[in-house]
Amino acid sequence: MRENTPLTIYGETFSNRLLIGSALYPSPKIMQQSIVAAGSQIVTVSLRRQNSVAAGEDFWQLIKDTGLTVLPNTAGCHSVKEVVTLAKMCREVFATDWIKLELIGDEYNLQPDPIALLEATEILLNDGFKVLPYCTDDLVLCQRLATLGCEVLMPWGAPIGTGKGLLNPYNLTTIRERLPDMTLIVDAGLGLPSHACQALEMGYDAVLLNSAIAGAGCPVLMATAFSHAVSAGRAAYVAQAMPEKEVAVPSTPTMGMPFWHQ
Amino acid sequence: MNVVFNGETTQLNTPNLREFIVAKGAKEPFAVAVNGEFVPRSQCADTELKVGDRIDLLSPIQGG
Repeated sequence: MRENTPLTIYGETFSNRLLIGSALYPSPKIMQQSIVAAGSQIVTVSLRRQNSVAAGEDFWQLIKDTGLTVLPNTAGCHSVKEVVTLAKMCREVFATDWIKLELIGDEYNLQPDPIALLEATEILLNDGFKVLPYCTDDLVLCQRLATLGCEVLMPWGAPIGTGKGLLNPYNLTTIRERLPDMTLIVDAGLGLPSHACQALEMGYDAVLLNSAIAGAGCPVLMATAFSHAVSAGRAAYVAQAMPEKEVAVPSTPTMGMPFWHQ
Repeated sequence: MNVVFNGETTQLNTPNLREFIVAKGAKEPFAVAVNGEFVPRSQCADTELKVGDRIDLLSPIQGG
């Protein structure tokens, strides 16, 4: 049995392993109910121009009322300059040095730009940010981000919003094995609770998702389902799965079997 | 004497950034950037705007 250590993000510990987004819900009320049903302790938010500059006030009050830890993102940024500026603006508005660093390199599949991501991560870490980079499932990229000083990495399961699940379990498993002390969170691409369960079974510390819950027919019920899946996956990881075998092994005792080999 | 405020061309009625965003009705919470560079709130009162500057005033929204 493995030790069941809590989720740790830059020195802060959390008992819940489901980070949840605040976008795409049918209504603010359903967003609130879904967050509660998920049991999440961390919620993602962003910054945008407002048609009415006061429009952000109501949403922000809703989020503050949840009492959750806020994780701002830099969604939609396509350059190092954009992402650094938006991160600084997030730090001022949300009063946190955490930043979920999203730097898009391809508009078609919203794939992170690994080269620019390294540059931006270094700039922001040196500026005192606690960077949670959204990255591809590339081992060397993850190693480079770790070398820069990241304490959390967030490789994708699949492109954002696709709901395809873990497209490359081999890569994700390799990253887990090669960076055993890193807090690893699968971010993006999950669609089903079983996808989240699979990530936790692999030893990932948490998952971050939004569309899978907000886009479900009943977001609140799906949030509950994801909560169970994450708990099950973590318990399975801690319990340690049986060794897989190539041939059948009977589970019922053969000793005392009547008519044996007649 | 125009600037671009949140993507729309508008008249620069005062060169002072703090006075400009107050005149635009800015309400908390928000953060400001000029020409793509973050301007801390503590520096808004000391920042002078020029013709053609791009001012972005951002507020919290939902995010994934």
